[in-house]
Amino acid sequence: MSVDAPVMTPPARAPSWLKPHRIGLLAVALALVIAATLFMRWDWLPRYYGLALQGIWRTIWILVVTCALGIMLAVPLGLAQAAGPWWLAAPARGFCTMIRGTPLLLQLWLLYYGLGSLFPQFPWIRHSELWPYLRQAWPYAVLSLTLSYAAYEGEVMRGAFAGVPRGQLEAARAYGMSRWKIFRRIWMPQAFYRALPTLAGETVLQLKATPLVATITVVDIYNVAGRVRQETFITYEPLLLLALVYMVITGIIVFLFRRLESRIPVKIG
Amino acid sequence: MELLSPVPPGWGGSLLRGLLSSVEIAVGAFGLGLLIGICGAYGKLYGGPIAKDLWAVYTTIVRAVPELVLILLLYFAGTDLINRVLVMAGYEPINISGLVAGILVLGFVQGAYSTEVIRGAILAIPQGQIEAARAYGMSPILMLKRITLPAMLPFAIPGLANLWLIATKDTALLAVVGFNELTLTTRVAAGATKAYFTFFIAAGALYLLLTLVSNVFIRRIERWARRGMPSTAGA
Repeated sequence: MSVDAPVMTPPARAPSWLKPHRIGLLAVALALVIAATLFMRWDWLPRYYGLALQGIWRTIWILVVTCALGIMLAVPLGLAQAAGPWWLAAPARGFCTMIRGTPLLLQLWLLYYGLGSLFPQFPWIRHSELWPYLRQAWPYAVLSLTLSYAAYEGEVMRGAFAGVPRGQLEAARAYGMSRWKIFRRIWMPQAFYRALPTLAGETVLQLKATPLVATITVVDIYNVAGRVRQETFITYEPLLLLALVYMVITGIIVFLFRRLESRIPVKIG
Repeated sequence: MELLSPVPPGWGGSLLRGLLSSVEIAVGAFGLGLLIGICGAYGKLYGGPIAKDLWAVYTTIVRAVPELVLILLLYFAGTDLINRVLVMAGYEPINISGLVAGILVLGFVQGAYSTEVIRGAILAIPQGQIEAARAYGMSPILMLKRITLPAMLPFAIPGLANLWLIATKDTALLAVVGFNELTLTTRVAAGATKAYFTFFIAAGALYLLLTLVSNVFIRRIERWARRGMPSTAGA
């Protein structure tokens, strides 16, 4: 028996995903797209073009702001649950359970209708500088989406903080680092690396939660599609385009997180 | 508090009826999702090249598009399509009830997620067990019933439990298409009485109760499914 079997090196050819049946499927997909452009009605597009761009911008804006604020809240929430004393851990866990146990739509409506009906009863709120903002819908949308993201990510960060090996923290302490420095240089970065793949998925989920804000009159891209539907009585075309927009944004999020993940220098065990 | 009393001047009865229809939809959608998930996982793992690609397209698209958009799309397109087919076949168009439509739409969405959960769980089974079943000459259906499903269950239960909790909360989205489940009932009650906080917090408590009760059952089912397996650090 020969010891070294000849290694088969396949000759360079088309990329591995391009198999014969895929060409057929791509042709079917292309035919569907062409049929959609030819036989469906797109004449409303030029009229709503500006509004749609504005809506996309607002969707992305809400997504970015709520994710940034949410993760800032999630780190202390996770830390309190993973390493905090019981009087910090218990409220943090209670907050996460409460938010994760009720639908986001309910929270959104509670804040918007509840607080919205409560605030005007206090004259000092009505005369404060913030009143012009509190009368609009978007602060409530941002608040409830932020709280929701914070609660889900607080749970993720709890696991990530708890998953960092003890030895790393002990080594840092042996080097004489202060507690804050240990947190900043060792604990936090390692926890983030661990949480990153989960955070990517959660951010996509957050994107998919943003259309809910349309129910409280924030004009995001979903709301624009609804308006097109109401004003022109065209049902499917705006919804299909809407689905496409969300898929593209999802693709961008996944791509960005993959870039971020590839920057992690070493694989941690 | 008298607003929440279960007899007609109070709205408690309506809230409970709303909760009941939410649970009905969640159970139906979760069950339908499981069926689709098992088919999808089999298609993705053992299907032909075209079936594999089609299932991949299904799971990718459904998981990338917001549930709300899918609900609108399927709700309108689905009922429209069925009625057109019925008219073409010479029948009267039917009115699809909100309950059935909700179950179908949410089940379709849940199917994509449970496909991925079950696929991962089947991959986690030691492959020798499946090979042994094949060597015994079991038919695919018998193998599914006797080996694959019981063996994958402990790996699938955490993911499926998550999906069940998501299903209970996703029923709230049907409020947007006007189906009278708990969230919409709450909003109607709150709008009629102007007691927004009372009703929304009461509904939140009901959802939370549903989640907590589910958690108790999930823990029990997990212990049952893991029987005979070595204990892990978590359990």
